[in-house]
Amino acid sequence: MDIIIIGLLLGGTYALMAMGLQLQYGVARIMNLANGEILVCGAFGAIWFFTASKLSPIYAVLFVVPLAFAANWAIYQWMMLPLVKRAKNQGQLEVDSILATFGLSFFVIGILLAVFGGEFLTYSYLAQPVRIFGEPYALNRIAAFIGSAVLCAGLYAWLHWTRAGLTMRAVSVNPGAAGLVSINVTRASALAFALGGAVTAAGGVLLSMFLTFDASLGVAFTLKALIIVIMGGVNDVRGAIIASFILGLTETAVATLVDPGLTLAAAYILFIVILLVRPEGLFGRRAS
Amino acid sequence: MRRRELLTYTAAAALAGSIGLGAANAQDTVKIGVVGPKTGVLASGAAVTHFPSFKLWAHQVNERGGLKLKGGQRKIELIEYDDRSMPGEAIKAVERLASVDKVDYIMGVYATGFNLATAPIFAKYGYPQVTQAAVTDQMDTLTKRYPTLFFVQGSTTQFATSAIQVLKQLKDAGKIGNKVAAVNVADAFGIELANAGRPLFKQAGFELVYDKSYPLGTQDYGPVIKAAKAANPDAFVAWSYPPDTFGLAEQAKIENLPVKAYYSAVATAFPAFEKKYGKSAENILGAGGIQDSPAIRKFYADHKAVTGVDADYWGSPIYHAMTEILTQTFEAVGSMDRQAIIAHLKSHKFKTLIGEVDIRNQKLDKFWTVGQWQNGFFHAVAGVGFDKYAPIQLKTGW
Repeated sequence: MDIIIIGLLLGGTYALMAMGLQLQYGVARIMNLANGEILVCGAFGAIWFFTASKLSPIYAVLFVVPLAFAANWAIYQWMMLPLVKRAKNQGQLEVDSILATFGLSFFVIGILLAVFGGEFLTYSYLAQPVRIFGEPYALNRIAAFIGSAVLCAGLYAWLHWTRAGLTMRAVSVNPGAAGLVSINVTRASALAFALGGAVTAAGGVLLSMFLTFDASLGVAFTLKALIIVIMGGVNDVRGAIIASFILGLTETAVATLVDPGLTLAAAYILFIVILLVRPEGLFGRRAS
Repeated sequence: MRRRELLTYTAAAALAGSIGLGAANAQDTVKIGVVGPKTGVLASGAAVTHFPSFKLWAHQVNERGGLKLKGGQRKIELIEYDDRSMPGEAIKAVERLASVDKVDYIMGVYATGFNLATAPIFAKYGYPQVTQAAVTDQMDTLTKRYPTLFFVQGSTTQFATSAIQVLKQLKDAGKIGNKVAAVNVADAFGIELANAGRPLFKQAGFELVYDKSYPLGTQDYGPVIKAAKAANPDAFVAWSYPPDTFGLAEQAKIENLPVKAYYSAVATAFPAFEKKYGKSAENILGAGGIQDSPAIRKFYADHKAVTGVDADYWGSPIYHAMTEILTQTFEAVGSMDRQAIIAHLKSHKFKTLIGEVDIRNQKLDKFWTVGQWQNGFFHAVAGVGFDKYAPIQLKTGW
């Protein structure tokens, strides 16, 4: 039983890491390697807020999210848009965006180092046990799970039941055709990119409650998010969410029933198996 | 034509003059090379222990006018390079300090593997290599191969032995039983400590009721702690790195792990650990430790005032002692002659913050190995070469 609960909590953690990248890659077609750095920025924002004001770090979401949205919008307009305009096909755009965001990640790390220094930053918040079916679980992880569930549900609802969301999904299916039905593809992509960044930063705020951060940790998060997005299929946000939970449950099951040392191996084996059986990912669409 | 020639000669003269002036200025400072990770996975540790230690040293020496050498007093100038947590970059940086910047002295680099990787470069250019952050079982082989390489930490085995000895003392006094749950991070130091520890646990009469490893970067320690708790251990030992030291402690607190002795290796000695866990950190054991004294307390206050960083309770005092050794050596020799410096290091004992120390055979004769958080200070409860340690206390809840 506790495997399921721990697995779900871990899945929620992973979903927070991956949803933003899914939006950026699925809609805006930007493989954002600086995604982890945005998460770390969100976490640092929360840490700074909590240590300065002693109020709940969840309130940090109120200023982290708009800031991340604006910053990512700016990044898209000034850095990504020229790449998008000159890319002759999607493959070239991916390569260009990988290189550009790779460089961006170093830039962001440098700024974080200059402002916050290189040490570990962490704080203790809601680190109390909550008993579910007799077993204790960390309240902060449960809070992060609830936050993650709210974000997932909100994102899914927005994508499927609003017009703006419909626009996004159209662009992610076929940008060319979307342009033909008078969708402003550039604006939709910019919105997706900015939204993805904001979601990732919000994830960072929630994760900072129980994970320890330092300026250089972004790359580990980018890697995990990348696996989840590819595993889930790049076109549908449901893919990232479901893949996160499958990964969380698998890792927890392996850690508890087999050996905690094999969690990484299990994660990558799962990745390989899914790609072998369904190369486009769980919810992906095969390129026709 | 004449005006152009005049202009050319004037420019050349100005250039020559500026070079001369530059050289004259360079003679006034002692250039010290520092290489370490400012970015990458090891950056967080170096930001607490490595870079601030040298900044403090340079500041304190320059405050009193500089190093007292034969030609007069010369101030210290630090030249820092980021090795990005990659040994290849460390090698390039040391090479650059030696051949391009031509520094007077190069500090030991950060982390065992990096010191081993750069040892040939130090040796090639004749720079003494006094390491501060290197823990290895290969000290004898390496000091023989590199006569100018100095180690000032214990060996991996000594750290494992000490930790287990502390537990054995509690067991022999009847304060804890003989069941131990041991976990380790699946990375170099963690694996070495775990491998060294297994036979030592058996020798000391302990039963390993849980013995597993976890990958570096694990985000959820729930399964590990729950399984360890289910095995009913009397003591919990984690051969861990900074992120997992923090993660495991948080999970142990949530689970209220009912052990009377809890040890986690690296980063338990960080002030951030005690800041985060507060009274839950009370009586947690870890690698490092320091003997309390007014001089030590002053060191911590100075460190914070000058560098803005809280020094840790493992590496920082050792680093400081090493800089004291270097200051005494440079001033005794009177110049930055590297051969003379090496000869002096190998023939003298030094009075430092941690006591009188001896690195004449290239290995430090006294260091602390196990510390315990007691009342907000990480007291040394075990070590090598000292005769007095703080009493070991039992963990009484979270």
